[in-house]
Amino acid sequence: MSEDLLRIDDLHVAFSTRRGTVEAVRGVTLTVKAGEMLGLVGESGSGKSVTGFATTRLLDAAGRVTGGKILFRGQDVTKLRGDDLRQLQGAAMSMIFQNPRAALNPIRAIGLQIADAILTHKRISKEAARAEALELLRAVQIRDPEARMNAYPHELSGGMCQRVMIAIAISCNPALLIADEPTTGLDVTTQKVVMDLLADIAAARGMATILITHDLGLAARYCRRIAVMERGRIVEEASPSILFSAPQHAYTRRLVAASPTATSRIEDLVTEEERERYATVVTKPRQERAHGTPPLLEVRKLAKRFDQGSAAVADFSMTMAGGESVGLVGESGSGKSTTSRMICRLIDPSEGDIVFDGQSIGHVAARDFHRSPLRKDIQMVFQDPNESLNPRFTAFDCIAHPLMRLDGMRAGEALRKRVEECAERVGLPLDLLPRFPHQLSGGQKARVGIARAIACRPRLLVLDEPTAALDVSVQAVVLQLLDRLRRENDIALLFVSHDLNVVRMLCDRTIVLRNGGIVEQGESRALFDNPKTDYTRKLVEAIPHIETGPTLAAAL
Amino acid sequence: MLSYILRRIVATLPVMAIVALFVFSLLYIAPGDPAVVIAGDQASPEDVERIRQSLGLDRPFLVQFGSWVWRILHGDLGTSIFTNLPVSAMIGQRLGPTLSLMIVTLLLTIVVAVPLGVVAAWKAGSLIDRVIMGFAVFGFSLPVFVVGYMLAYIFALELEWLPVQGYTPRAQGFWPWLENLILPAVALGCVYIALVARITRAAMLEVLQQDYIRTAKAKGLGQGGILFIHALKNAAVPIVTVIGIGIALLIGGAVVTESVFAIPGLGRLTIDAILRRDYPVIQGIVLLFSFVYVLVNLMIDVVYTLVDPRIRY
Repeated sequence: MSEDLLRIDDLHVAFSTRRGTVEAVRGVTLTVKAGEMLGLVGESGSGKSVTGFATTRLLDAAGRVTGGKILFRGQDVTKLRGDDLRQLQGAAMSMIFQNPRAALNPIRAIGLQIADAILTHKRISKEAARAEALELLRAVQIRDPEARMNAYPHELSGGMCQRVMIAIAISCNPALLIADEPTTGLDVTTQKVVMDLLADIAAARGMATILITHDLGLAARYCRRIAVMERGRIVEEASPSILFSAPQHAYTRRLVAASPTATSRIEDLVTEEERERYATVVTKPRQERAHGTPPLLEVRKLAKRFDQGSAAVADFSMTMAGGESVGLVGESGSGKSTTSRMICRLIDPSEGDIVFDGQSIGHVAARDFHRSPLRKDIQMVFQDPNESLNPRFTAFDCIAHPLMRLDGMRAGEALRKRVEECAERVGLPLDLLPRFPHQLSGGQKARVGIARAIACRPRLLVLDEPTAALDVSVQAVVLQLLDRLRRENDIALLFVSHDLNVVRMLCDRTIVLRNGGIVEQGESRALFDNPKTDYTRKLVEAIPHIETGPTLAAAL
Repeated sequence: MLSYILRRIVATLPVMAIVALFVFSLLYIAPGDPAVVIAGDQASPEDVERIRQSLGLDRPFLVQFGSWVWRILHGDLGTSIFTNLPVSAMIGQRLGPTLSLMIVTLLLTIVVAVPLGVVAAWKAGSLIDRVIMGFAVFGFSLPVFVVGYMLAYIFALELEWLPVQGYTPRAQGFWPWLENLILPAVALGCVYIALVARITRAAMLEVLQQDYIRTAKAKGLGQGGILFIHALKNAAVPIVTVIGIGIALLIGGAVVTESVFAIPGLGRLTIDAILRRDYPVIQGIVLLFSFVYVLVNLMIDVVYTLVDPRIRY
């Protein structure tokens, strides 16, 4: 067996904050061998990224290694200074990040950004560096690389930006690459392409990789060995098959149970907070709708063209019954968000009509729709609970605001009761109501977002990737919460997502979009089990499933 | 790009028209009969009548405004009531010293303030940062004339390194020209340096927290490359904006500074014209300053597009 490339020995990292020192990593020990891909899995706050940043010496000023060693080729990284450190960074060891667009300098051409990395470590001319950069763009399979050399990050898709990041990271042939959530925020097919590319490059160059992710399925697909982190410690380390078939640690068991698989149902997801309430609701039979009930929502031949471009959405028609849940899936750029925003009446359709409860609302201008009495009935839950809550509003204000604006309620006892009732319904502890968003966890913020949306008792809830930014265990809770609300209050859900596992569990029906048009639609389970078009099949196959057994070993 | 600049120039026309209307109305906003105002306290009724006739004040307002604009478009800013010289010639004479002062101050500011702000942001929270920001507060708080007299006393009267006051045209050599401008430029630049340093620090602090700075570190780039290639250019938009706004500050400050250092520039001319109620001269100067300011704004917008490819023209 070859010598360990990286050996982290009892690493401790602490952050000094206003409220004192917080230990983010508490005694992590792990090894990486040359050429291997190790999965480092855990939920937010588990210390997995901090471990990565400590290894590449990119911790914030507030973070400090307080104990332990990080031995890279036998040299303690934590003790390196000045030039020794710079020879390591980007050369022997490099890193790629979550949110690739933000990780690239927005006002520097990508060719230059790749050349920067090369010129820092090699004594070659600018022309030679440029030629190498071009070669790297080819290596990461960017189409038309000559033209892309002069492109800026905002002109590229998220997947392309991540390829550029990979090009930068591999530019000096590092022995170790640390990939911190490299595909979070990318859609499934892009995720697969980027991860396949990364795995191929790592294999071809004999580069060791640490894949830091919250997605067990993703780690299982690409890594032979997975280390699970919880609260700053590694709780379990095993091969994927063992991890999934016989998880040893309680936390791993919970994580595995909360991860959606190709066959799991919402009620299978094991959650602590929501489970009981959910179980009581889910057992009640759903009342059948009387025959001939008019649909709640009818969308007819909807189209949207942005200025001078081709249609973002064209000829989109659908109907939804009250209390029904419909999934809208597709890659980024397929028009699913545009469609959902038109239905929410946040943007105006170019053509077509939207009929809600028998009333045509497609022609009410989006900026006037807030005055419509139907505004209360159609509400939205947004993607990122961190970004979509006003940082200066407390949880109480967030939930009270739509009640005051749309229900005409005044500040007072009645309002307080309504807000508390909403919080109660979404399972938000009442003592959290005076808190501001930054004082809440991701799951709590998601609950505030949902409480705000259901405050005015809407009949249709449009959800735009509501769980994309959440940990799997929080996602499981939110999914059960949404399904419970639907059953309890007969709220129809239009669920926009690229996560097909989630859509399959939550939605009765699914509509697959591509390039602004409907490719396929039908009952969710049937659609995913038996896709009729290649596009849907590609989407389904791109989901990193948690699989065990020989298929995985064969794939590697 | 060129069409963008042209479009922007066209867009400044309405602004200039409104400024012109305002400048022209100055005379009418002042209380009383303009002719009486111009003629002064000791004028006889005949004098007033003569002035009224010669300035065309007896005609309707809009007609007067129209012919005034028409003359300006032909380069005629009118004639000074006090000296009987063409206003454009008077401004032309005084333009050199003021322009020199402003350019030297501007360069001084950029060369001093931007690096100070960058260093303060880089070393945020350290002693250097606090010293720089302390200086910035100081620079803000001191009026130009106080700084001016202090500098003149220390560097001119006591140390005798630099001349006390006066101005030497550029044509008589570079050093004599610059020598006279150093103290006024420092005095005038104090507030401006403080302002730009503060904004640079704030903008840099924001940028240094961005993900792409972490990427630059991950690439192994040196501190200089990170600060000046990756960070400063990203922080440039607010910095350029403040430098532009500061030019308006400079115009106001130049009036005071020129008085303190006896520089025969537009600032002095402005004060003289106001004291003599020489309306055509005041109008000409205000119009010129407004025009310069509109031009500076246009330049700022063009610089934005050069700095940030996301801003489209």
